Amino acid sequence: MDKIKNLADLRKMKEGMQSKMSMRENSNSDEAIIQIKVGMATSGIASGAKETMNYLITELDKRQIKALVMQVGDMGYSYAEPTVEVTIPGKDPVVFGDVKIPRAQEIIEKYIIGGELIEGILPANYRSI
Amino acid sequence: MAVKMHILVCGGTGCSASQSHEIVAELNKELVAHDLTDFAKVVVTGCFGFCEKGPIVKIIPDNTFYTRVKPSDAKEIIEEHIIKGRKVQRLLYVAPDTNQSVSDSKHMEFYKKQLRIALRNCGFIDPENIEESIARDGYAALGKCLTEMTPVQVIEEIKKSGLRGRGGAGFPTGLKWEIASKSRPGEQKYVVCNADEGDPGAFMDRSLLEGDPHSILEAMAICGYCIGASKGLIYIRAEYPLAIHRLQVAIKQAEEYGLLGKNIFGTGFDFDIELRYGAGAFVCGEETALIHSMEGKRGEPTFKPPFPAQSGYLEKPTNVNNVETFANIPVIINKGADWFASIGTEKSKGTKVFALAGKINNVGLIEVPMGITLREIIYEIGGGIKGGKKFKAVQTGGPSGGCLTEKHLDTPIDYDSLVAAGSMMGSGGMIVMDEDDCMVAIAKFYLGFTVDESCGKCTPCRVGNRRLLEILTRITDGKGTMADLDELKNLSAVIKDTALCGLGQTSPNPVLSTINNFWDEYVEHVTEKKCRAGQCKALKKYVIDPDKCKGCTACARACPAGAINGTVKNPHAIDQDKCIKCGTCIEKCKFGAISIQ
Repeated sequence: MDKIKNLADLRKMKEGMQSKMSMRENSNSDEAIIQIKVGMATSGIASGAKETMNYLITELDKRQIKALVMQVGDMGYSYAEPTVEVTIPGKDPVVFGDVKIPRAQEIIEKYIIGGELIEGILPANYRSI
Repeated sequence: MAVKMHILVCGGTGCSASQSHEIVAELNKELVAHDLTDFAKVVVTGCFGFCEKGPIVKIIPDNTFYTRVKPSDAKEIIEEHIIKGRKVQRLLYVAPDTNQSVSDSKHMEFYKKQLRIALRNCGFIDPENIEESIARDGYAALGKCLTEMTPVQVIEEIKKSGLRGRGGAGFPTGLKWEIASKSRPGEQKYVVCNADEGDPGAFMDRSLLEGDPHSILEAMAICGYCIGASKGLIYIRAEYPLAIHRLQVAIKQAEEYGLLGKNIFGTGFDFDIELRYGAGAFVCGEETALIHSMEGKRGEPTFKPPFPAQSGYLEKPTNVNNVETFANIPVIINKGADWFASIGTEKSKGTKVFALAGKINNVGLIEVPMGITLREIIYEIGGGIKGGKKFKAVQTGGPSGGCLTEKHLDTPIDYDSLVAAGSMMGSGGMIVMDEDDCMVAIAKFYLGFTVDESCGKCTPCRVGNRRLLEILTRITDGKGTMADLDELKNLSAVIKDTALCGLGQTSPNPVLSTINNFWDEYVEHVTEKKCRAGQCKALKKYVIDPDKCKGCTACARACPAGAINGTVKNPHAIDQDKCIKCGTCIEKCKFGAISIQ
């Protein structure tokens, strides 16, 4: 890794990352990929987020579905942990709550494969800067 | 045929109470009637945070947002919107400021109650990947400060933003930095991040550190640039292993990328950050005690002045800020002080993160603009009280704070209004209580906490709080007198006036605030020996209804204390002096003859 030596380096890296991220979300791009974020703060992990994440990774792999599964911090919905956000290229992100293994399976089979929403959606009730 | 449209119906508590389940049934009936079940699907969701306008129905993919929907509207939604693609105008959300209908949820952002500034990256980025942080403006503010601004300009910007310390007391951050920058110029100085979050029920700082550690590191470096410090220390409790791990990863990555260490952004500014672990003593959240603990000494507070800005860590000028305070800094630099100052109330700017806990439906981490009311937090964001029970009080400020009651529900929340209401902002723990909570027992719980956590250095705190706890225990045991209540007030006042540090000075607050707001309950405990919430075990009275008792002797045989008397086939009675209130008799009685009074 080259060190960031000045502000221009930082901006270049930011733009590079941003275009990579938007390509993933754009359904027409070759880089398009399903992105899954798993809330892995202490509260999420205590409710089983690690098991959910491992399940998602192995199950998607088994079904040969290309997806990027990553850990993130607390999404704020402590009453519905574990929480998982799924972004299918070209669609808005959807957050699901109480995602233990059965619901994770349902997310893969119904939402990711079938494009059909399932129960457990947590609507974004905030705005961010 | 794959499902093309989704009809989302809010299944949050508020909407469920106003018939959202009937709406679901009606919508499904209409879909079947029009043979559309392959085309559209109804899905019940969690709370939209718009309970006041509920029940909420949202159509995807066009993001149409319908409010105050009734079961009878289902037919029109299906026939007009789903079949003909025409929005049902009368059900659209009407913006309160413009009086215009808002056609889709993308334009409703502004009306949402929560605004995430400090939590902007929390739950969005991988906290262990610095590049994701950089993609969302991470370290851009540090770059701007170092290359385009002087330390004085940065401090002016922070002062202008009106940011106040988020640890609880609300001291203006810019002013704190200015004092530290002017103190003993040229000497080694330190920036300290206070991550010793110790209030029962609070998890704001932990979540921030676990979700977005880079923002904290960046802000500490900005602070170092402003005050002339080249070293930063994060004081974090060892019981936060995940936050510690993520901080360690973040520091290592920032060093690899050249964003911490020597000659940052090629400007010649050096800044390193190290972690210091605390053993989890509540008093170490007090800055002087925190500094002593970091030095390897006993975690005891010392008298101020000298303030840490004059003589802190290793007797060098030190600036201590809370995690959430730091989390706001990069945003203020990037978006400007004026933008930040436009949010909030006159004297409290920006937002506040709260850990919403207790008897509330949507327990969670929330961030709201200053000036929001308690009612909005509890009934809209929090989705109301669990089990439809009656709201009683909210405890804010933890063991140093107090209770807010029904009469404070519409008070705009900021630093000053909470103090005026007899509580305080604190670090942001918010514990909701319902009618089943006894306020005397709550005061006793918090005092038990402070007695455990008192460092013992000063007498008012060490001895005084213990006496307060004894009196409260007497009252909850049914042995209190009216003189005890007077003594509670007097002793509390003395402790507040004479204790050495913030812990002792604020420890009687839960007592005073519950006395002020729930005096009747205290009196009831003393004069009637009654606990209306049924929480105080000693005040519970088990009685046998002679009309229902068949004299089967099951209870008398089961009673471990031999407190039940009576002969076969005749009504039994409980000797209250012998009864230990274990509840065994209730379990054994087959006739429902035993009750608690």
